[in-house]
Amino acid sequence: MSSTMDITTEDKLDLLRRMVLIRAFEERVIDLYHRGDIAGLVHVGIGQEAVAVAVATSLLEGDYLYGTHRSHGHFIARGADINKMMAELAGRANGYCEGLGGSMHLVAAEVKAMGATGIVGGTIPLALGTALAHRDAGLVVAVYFGDGAANTGGFHESLNIAALWKLPVVLVCENNGYAEFTPMSEHTVVERVSEHCKPYGIPARTVDGNDLLEVLEAMSRAVEHARNGEGPTMVECLTYRLRGHYIGDPAQYRQANEVAEWREKDPIERLTKQLKSERALDEDAASTVKREADERVEDAVRFALGGEYLSMDAMTARVFG
Amino acid sequence: MREMTYSEAMAIGILEALAEDETVVLMGAGFGGLHGDPAVWGQLREKFGDRITNPPIAELGYCGIAVGAALTGLRPIVAIGTGSFSFEAFPQIANEAPQAYYGSRGQVTCPVVFHMRAGIRGAGALQHSTAPQAMYWNTPGLEICVPGSPADVRGLIKAAVRSDNPTIFIDHERLHPLMGEVDETSSGDIPLGVADVKREGSDVTIVATSIMVHRALEAAESLADQGVSAEVVDPRTLVPLDKDAILRSVAKTGRVVVADETQKSCGVASEIAATIAEEGFDSLRAPIKRVAIPNVPIPYHQSEEDYVTPTAQRIVEAAQVICS
Ligand SMILES: Cc1ncc(C[n+]2csc(CCOP(=O)(O)OP(=O)(O)O)c2C)c(N)n1
Repeated sequence: MSSTMDITTEDKLDLLRRMVLIRAFEERVIDLYHRGDIAGLVHVGIGQEAVAVAVATSLLEGDYLYGTHRSHGHFIARGADINKMMAELAGRANGYCEGLGGSMHLVAAEVKAMGATGIVGGTIPLALGTALAHRDAGLVVAVYFGDGAANTGGFHESLNIAALWKLPVVLVCENNGYAEFTPMSEHTVVERVSEHCKPYGIPARTVDGNDLLEVLEAMSRAVEHARNGEGPTMVECLTYRLRGHYIGDPAQYRQANEVAEWREKDPIERLTKQLKSERALDEDAASTVKREADERVEDAVRFALGGEYLSMDAMTARVFG
Repeated sequence: MREMTYSEAMAIGILEALAEDETVVLMGAGFGGLHGDPAVWGQLREKFGDRITNPPIAELGYCGIAVGAALTGLRPIVAIGTGSFSFEAFPQIANEAPQAYYGSRGQVTCPVVFHMRAGIRGAGALQHSTAPQAMYWNTPGLEICVPGSPADVRGLIKAAVRSDNPTIFIDHERLHPLMGEVDETSSGDIPLGVADVKREGSDVTIVATSIMVHRALEAAESLADQGVSAEVVDPRTLVPLDKDAILRSVAKTGRVVVADETQKSCGVASEIAATIAEEGFDSLRAPIKRVAIPNVPIPYHQSEEDYVTPTAQRIVEAAQVICS
């Protein structure tokens, strides 16, 4: 689905299925966390699935993607194997990184999902580097970052260089309004992250990040722009994480009515409603979508929990390539 | 004396430092960590809210701002959070702060405290587990505090704030819930550069700081059951380092295990072992043993973490080798 908006009903159903799969995966991750099968700082993006799916589906197979600390959705949307993802989260040797890294250190090079990161803002310059390396091949690189990451030095240095060298990179801001426990307004006087693009002449758009089709439209243009050699763009997606910052965060810094308002804008509900109003989906079909997603996730859990742990010899080996 | 957590003692030390000198300011609020007890840390905000700033995710910028403030009149304590994040601010911590006094030949001082929570914490994985004290020890001009008990953290945070030098202050992530006695009726002051013998013994010296003090004490306990008397020496600060206290103990025991939760090569244990080899060679009756992290990044899963962690058991095994 590379270019603009001649989206068929079947396409939309496919997009919905992807969002539902991400949601099912992350809900099960929360469950496994509470059972002790997954540990550490785990950040879920429940409520932000539309961005993940729209971005990933705008890219072509050879394009690259970089993530953040909240990247399960980014990777699943890109087509990463959820078995290997779940195994990674469970610390098993059959995981993408043999269980060494867990949630924040996913790498799925086979689908060109080059890395989540535990360091906020850490992947932005990396995406520029990949764009530099593959510019002549007509490839595009998309990188996610949060509103919080937009306050890092690396972000600002990257804007300058991306514009200067006209790098084929799409900067995807997932603006969910908070960095950990702090609302954006307490960390910056800038209202929209996209405003940072102005002085560099980087085309930027702020879109409703919970409206999958709107993100998709903006992303398609941005990707086309990069592929045509016209340089970087930014798509700022206004969205919301319906859960805490990390699994276990009681999220007391947010008002209940704010959460309730955003629940109304749940991207999965929205697309479901739209498809129903277009008579492309009925109650039965919707529950089939959900059941199929749950089944795939259960397979992933079985695969993950059936995996071995890495041997200690293997773990201490291969520090160098 | 009152039993309290390391975290509470840390808060008391910071409250005392703020009360003692109005030029002391806090940048960031992550001292207590994600799970910091609000009853304890809330007091800070209540009493000294006007001296606390909450910077954005901009480690390089705000650490530099703290250095600048320190050069010109304030005494900032900067809460960087996880020690691995301090690398984002490395240019300011390593290139600016430590050179200020030396390079200006004393025209200016830089009394800043860079506070971080570090170490193997339980599934912190590759980018949330680094203990950076050894790396900073390679930077002349930085003082380094690595307290291991509630009383020590309270005393040392005040000493770090009073010091006119930039100080790296590292709390091990796992120390925060630990209980210990603190004497609130006294100032509890502890000078930088003075070691504490945490347990006396005569057969082997275990040198340990921070979380390792507790593993060393546990090891000493099980060595005692085997008839080996271990002395535990806690330098408490790496810079300045109380070499005399270490050498005194080694002169008594003739055997030494240096236990530390940094990587083995060029780690804290290496520098202490080298110092003992150079200056205390004549006292040694056996080779020095280092118990440290193998030279790998810190992996995610618990069994892997356990494997790389320098545990009490590994200290015991090292001591057994040189005591047999
Ligand atoms: C360099 C660095 N500093 C601080 C942190 C701690 N931290 C983890 S996530 C986070 C908030 C990030 O906010 P944002 O970029 O908006 O992404 P979101 O969590 O909202 O998805 C912070 C401060 C970190 N991981 N890395």
